Amino acid sequence: MQANDEVSLQVAAGSVHAIVGENGAGKSTLMSVLYGFHTADRGTIEVDGRPVQIRNPHEAIALGIGMVHQHFMLVEPFSALDNVLLGAEPHVLLHRAEAELRKRLYALMLSTGLKVDLDATVADLPVGDRQRLEILKALVRGARILILDEPTAVLTPQETETLFGVLERLAAQGTTILLITHKLKEVMRLAKRVTVMRGGRVVHETDVAQTSIEQLAAAMVGRKVAIGRDGMAARRGGEVRLRAAGLACQDALGVPRLQGVSLELRAGQIVGIAGVSGNGQSELLELLAGLRAPEAGTLELAGRRFGAAQWLDPHTARELGLAHVPEDRQARAMVMDFAAWESAALGYEDRADVSSGAGWVQRSALRRATAALMERFDVRPRNAELRCRQFSGGNQQKLVLARELSRGPKVLLVGQPTRGVDIGAIEFIYGQLRQLRDAGCALLVVSSELDEILALADRVLVMHAGRIVGELPVAQCDEQKLGLMMAGEVAA
Amino acid sequence: MDEVLVGTVLASTLRVATPLLLCALAGLLSERAGVIDIGLEGKMLFAAFAAGAAGAALGSTVLAIGLACGVAVLLSWLHGLACVSHRGDQVVSGVAINLIAAGLTMVLGIAWFRQGGQTPPVSDAVRLQPLWPGASEALGPLFGGALLGHDVLVYAALALVPAVWWLLYRTRFGMRLRAVGEKAQMVDAAGVSVPRLRYAALTLNGLLCGLAGSYLVLAQNASFVPHMTAGRGFMALAAMIFGKWHPVGAFWACLLFGFLDAVAIRLQGVALPGIGEVPVAAIQALPYVLTVVLLAGFIGRAVAPAELGRPYVKEH
Amino acid sequence: MNSGLPRWADLGLLPLFNLGLALLVAGVVVVLVGQDPWRVLAALLHGAFGTPRGIGYTLYYATTFIFTGLAVAVAFHAGLFNIGGEGQAILGGIGTGLVGLWLGAWLPAWLLLPLMALGGALAGLAWAAVPGWLQARRGSHIVITTIMFNFLASTLLVWLLVNKLKPAGSMAPESAPLAEAAQLPSLHQALAAFGIEWPASPLNLSLLLALAAALGVYLLLWRTRAGYRLRAVGSSPGAAAYAGIDPKRQTVLAMMIAGALAGLVGMNEIAGVQHKLLLEYVGGAGFTGIAVALMGRNHPLGIVLASVLFGALFQGGAEVAFEVPGFSRDMVVMLQGFIVLFSGAMAYVAAPLLARALRVGRAHG
Repeated sequence: MQANDEVSLQVAAGSVHAIVGENGAGKSTLMSVLYGFHTADRGTIEVDGRPVQIRNPHEAIALGIGMVHQHFMLVEPFSALDNVLLGAEPHVLLHRAEAELRKRLYALMLSTGLKVDLDATVADLPVGDRQRLEILKALVRGARILILDEPTAVLTPQETETLFGVLERLAAQGTTILLITHKLKEVMRLAKRVTVMRGGRVVHETDVAQTSIEQLAAAMVGRKVAIGRDGMAARRGGEVRLRAAGLACQDALGVPRLQGVSLELRAGQIVGIAGVSGNGQSELLELLAGLRAPEAGTLELAGRRFGAAQWLDPHTARELGLAHVPEDRQARAMVMDFAAWESAALGYEDRADVSSGAGWVQRSALRRATAALMERFDVRPRNAELRCRQFSGGNQQKLVLARELSRGPKVLLVGQPTRGVDIGAIEFIYGQLRQLRDAGCALLVVSSELDEILALADRVLVMHAGRIVGELPVAQCDEQKLGLMMAGEVAA
Repeated sequence: MDEVLVGTVLASTLRVATPLLLCALAGLLSERAGVIDIGLEGKMLFAAFAAGAAGAALGSTVLAIGLACGVAVLLSWLHGLACVSHRGDQVVSGVAINLIAAGLTMVLGIAWFRQGGQTPPVSDAVRLQPLWPGASEALGPLFGGALLGHDVLVYAALALVPAVWWLLYRTRFGMRLRAVGEKAQMVDAAGVSVPRLRYAALTLNGLLCGLAGSYLVLAQNASFVPHMTAGRGFMALAAMIFGKWHPVGAFWACLLFGFLDAVAIRLQGVALPGIGEVPVAAIQALPYVLTVVLLAGFIGRAVAPAELGRPYVKEH
Repeated sequence: MNSGLPRWADLGLLPLFNLGLALLVAGVVVVLVGQDPWRVLAALLHGAFGTPRGIGYTLYYATTFIFTGLAVAVAFHAGLFNIGGEGQAILGGIGTGLVGLWLGAWLPAWLLLPLMALGGALAGLAWAAVPGWLQARRGSHIVITTIMFNFLASTLLVWLLVNKLKPAGSMAPESAPLAEAAQLPSLHQALAAFGIEWPASPLNLSLLLALAAALGVYLLLWRTRAGYRLRAVGSSPGAAAYAGIDPKRQTVLAMMIAGALAGLVGMNEIAGVQHKLLLEYVGGAGFTGIAVALMGRNHPLGIVLASVLFGALFQGGAEVAFEVPGFSRDMVVMLQGFIVLFSGAMAYVAAPLLARALRVGRAHG
C-alpha cells in the first residue's frame, strides 16, 4: 500500500503551511520522510532551492528542519535547561555549557515570545510548557523549518492561544512552519496556504484566503462510497442496553481526554463513533469495557449502575453480557504466544464450557469449539494449534471476533474492526456485525475510517477533543456536515 | 567516651566500608546508565583473585591492581556484550557472571597454585601499607589511628565519592549518562550513541570493582581465599539502593553498613539500654532489612533510574 | 523469550546448542589449565552414570535441582525472575526440620513426613510471598528483595542453629538428630524392603516427591484455569488486563507456589539425608535452579532432564576431583555460569544463528 503517492508540496519561506487530512491520509508519512525517519521510494526534496538527501533525523537537523512530535522527548527528572542542552552542549563542563546556552535561550525567548522556566524540573511543567520547550530545542539547533504534528491535541484553549501567538511571531521572523492538523479553525486562523491530503494523495491545495471551512471539510472527507450499504435502512433500535452519562477522564499528564460524554446503546442498533483518532475514542472504549475508571460519570448496564468510585471491571462486564473487540489486537485482544485455541478462552476462562468447577481446563472441548469457530469464520490456516502470532492480521481479527460473538453478547464494543484486515475479510466481518445487530445486540463501533462508520452504523456520533460534538442518523450524514464536526466545528 | 573504643570502631568502619563503597559507586555508574548490575560480587571476586595471583607471582603492587582492574573491566564488557549489544536479560547476565567468577577463580587458583584455591601470600612489600604508620602514636587512636592511619585505597575510595559526584552532575558526560538511564530514546534522538555511553559506564564500573577486589587482597587479607567476597557485592548493591543511586547517599549507606559490621561483634553479650541484648545475627541482618524496608516505601521512596533493566531498541 | 524458532527446535535443539556452546568454552578453560578435556569428560560421565552408586548420587542431586528449577520456572511463567530460590530452600529446610524436631517423638512416620513436607513448603511459601507482595503492592523490585531475603535466610539459619537448636554442650552449629519417624527412607532402604539390592547413596524417596511436583506443575500451568491466568499475565500483561485477570494477585500467587516448591528441598536434604538441621544444606542449589530452568526452557519435563544433567555434573565432578589432580568441583560451577550466560543472557545471540542454520539445512535438504 502506498502511504504517499506522487505527493508534491511547495512551501514558501517564512509562512505557515497547513497540511490537513484524516487518519491514514498520508500526512504523518510525509512528515516522517521530511524528518528522515523514512526514505522516499521516489521523488526529490529541495531545501532553499537545493536538492538534498535526508537519511536520518541528524541530517534533517543539519539542514535546519526541526520536528515537534506529539509525544515529547524529554527527560523528566532533568531541568528544562538540561533538556535543551543534551546533545548540543557547547562545553564539557556543565556549568559553563549551561551558562552559555542560557544566554542564547534568553535571547530566543525574548525574540519569539516563547516563555519557559529554564530551571524548573520537566516533571513539574504543564503540557503547554513542555511543548514550548520542544520548540525551543528545535530552534536552538538552528531549525528554520519547523514541523508541528497535531500540536494542539494536548493543549488547553489558553495554551493554544499562546502557541498561536508564538507561531505567528516565528513566521513573521522568517521561520517556515508546517502545521499538521485536522482542526480546520486553526488552519483558517494561522495558515497562509493549505494542502489537503486523502488516501495518500494531495486532493486539494489553495490559499487559505480563497477557501472556507466548509470547502476544506468537504475536501478532507470527500465522497464516501459506503461498502455494501446499498441504501440499507437504518434501524430504530429497541430497549436501551447501555447508558453512559457525563464520562470524564484524564491522561497521566492531567490532560483531559474525555469531557462530559453521554451516550445510549439500544438493542438491534449499531452506533458508530466517527472522528479523527486521538479525540477520546480509545479512552471511551476502555471506560465502557471496564479497562479503566473515569474521573466522573455513571454507567448503567443490565440493570446495574456504576459510578466513578466503583467502576465496572472487565470480568463483571462480561458477566453482564458485554463483549469487547479491542483496538489493539496485539497487546490486548489475544495472547500472541498462546495457541489459537488458548486465546479463544481469554476473558472467559471461568465459563463452564472452558473449565470445570474444579478448575480443570476442558482442552479437547475447547479445541473442538475453536475448530468449529474457525470453520464458521473462515479463519486460515484452519489450525487451532498455531500460535496467534502466526496468523495474519485479518485472521487474528476473525479469531477475536469469533470469540466475542460466539458468547452471544447483549452489548458489543468494537474498536477498529478492520484495521490490518484484507479486503476479502472486511465484507465478511461487516456481515457478522450486521447479523449480530439483527439478532438484537446493541453495538458500538469506533473507527477512524469514515466509510466504515457510514457502512455499518445506524446512528453516527462524532467525537472531537474528548466530546461528542454531533449525533446524526446515518441517512442525514453527508461529507460536509461530518467533516465539519470532525474538525471541531458546528454541532449538528 | 573511651577514645580507644571509638577509634577502633571508626577505623574498622572505614576499612569495612571501603570495598563496599568502591563497589557501590561502580554499581551506581552502571545503573544510572540503565544497566542493572547484579554481578558486582563476581567482578570483585575475580579482581581479588587477579590481584592475589599477580601480587604473589609478579611481585608488583601496580601490576596487581592493574590486572585486577583489567579483569573486572573484561567482565563488565562481557555483561555489556550480552545486555547492551544483544538485549539479553541483565539480571540473568549478572547471575551468570557471579557463577563464572566463582567457578573460574577456583579452577585457576587450584591449577596455578595447588593450594586448594588459595593464592600464596602476597609479600608485605607488595601489600598496601598505611600511608602514615606512625599516625596512631602521633595523634592518638581517634585522629591518628582511625582517620589518618589508612592505606591509599581507603582514601582513594573516599575521594572517589566527590569525584563520581562531580562526574555525574558537573560534566557533559555525566549528564548524558544520567539521561540514558532515564530516557534512552531522547538521547538517541539527540544524536548521542546510547551503546557507547553504556559501555563507558560499564568500563568505569569495571575499574572500580577492580579497585575493590584489590583492596580485599592487598590491604585486608594477604592472599585470595575462596569465596572471600562473602556477599559483599550484594551488600554494596543494597547500599547503592539505600543511598538512592546517589554517590553521597551510597557513601553514607556504606558507612552505616560498615559501622553495623564493626559493631556487631562488639555488641555480643552487651545489653543496650531499653532494648536488652541484641543478637549478632540481628545486626548482621540489619543492612538487608533496611534495604527491603526502603524498597517497600516505608522510609521514603527509592526511585530507580527509569530505564533500569530495559534494553534499548532503536525504533523507526 | 520468543526465539522465532519452530517449537521443536525451541524446546529441544536450542538447549542442546547452548549446552554445547557452554561445554566448548569450559573445555577451552580445561585445556588452558593443562588438562585433557576428554579425560575429564569421560571421568565425569563414569562418575555420574558408571556405577549404581554414582547414579544414586546423581539422582539425589537432581532431586534438589528439580525443586529449585520448578521454583524459578513457575515464577518465570508469571513474568517474574525468582532469584530467591536459595533463601526459600533454606526456609524449607528450617520448616521441615522444625516440624520434625517438635513432633518427631509423638507422631508415626506416615503422618509426620507429610506434615514435614507441608512445613517446608509453607515456610518457603511465606519467604517468597513477602517479596511477591512487596512487588505487587509497593512496586519493590523483586530481584533485589529476593536477594536480600537470601541473605536474611542464611542469617536466620545461623541464629536458629547457634542460639536455639544446638543441644547444650555441643560445639557444632547443628540441631539434635531427628527421630526415626522423621527420617525419609532412602531409596536403597526402600528397595531392600522389596528384596532388591542397591548400593547406599543419599538418594531417597523425595525423588518421587520431586517427580510428582514436576507433574503437578505441568498440570497446574497447562491444565488448570489458575495456570492459564498465570501464564497469561506473564506472556501478555495487556491481554490479561483485558481479560480481567489481576496481575498483582497472580504475582503473589506465582511467588507463593514457587516458594513452596523450593521449600520442598527440605524434604530431600533434611528429612532424606542429613536427618538434622545444619548449615549449608542448600549450597548454591537455588542458583543451579536458575540454570536448570533456563536450560529446560521453563518446562517441567525439560527441568527434570536438565536437573539430571546438572546432578550428573555435580556427582561426576566430585568423582573427577578424586581422580584428576588439579581438578575441582568448581569447574562445574563455572560451567553452570556459562550455561546461564548462553541459555539466558545471550539467548538472543544463539537463536537467530540456529534459525538460519535450520533454514539453510531445509533449503538444501
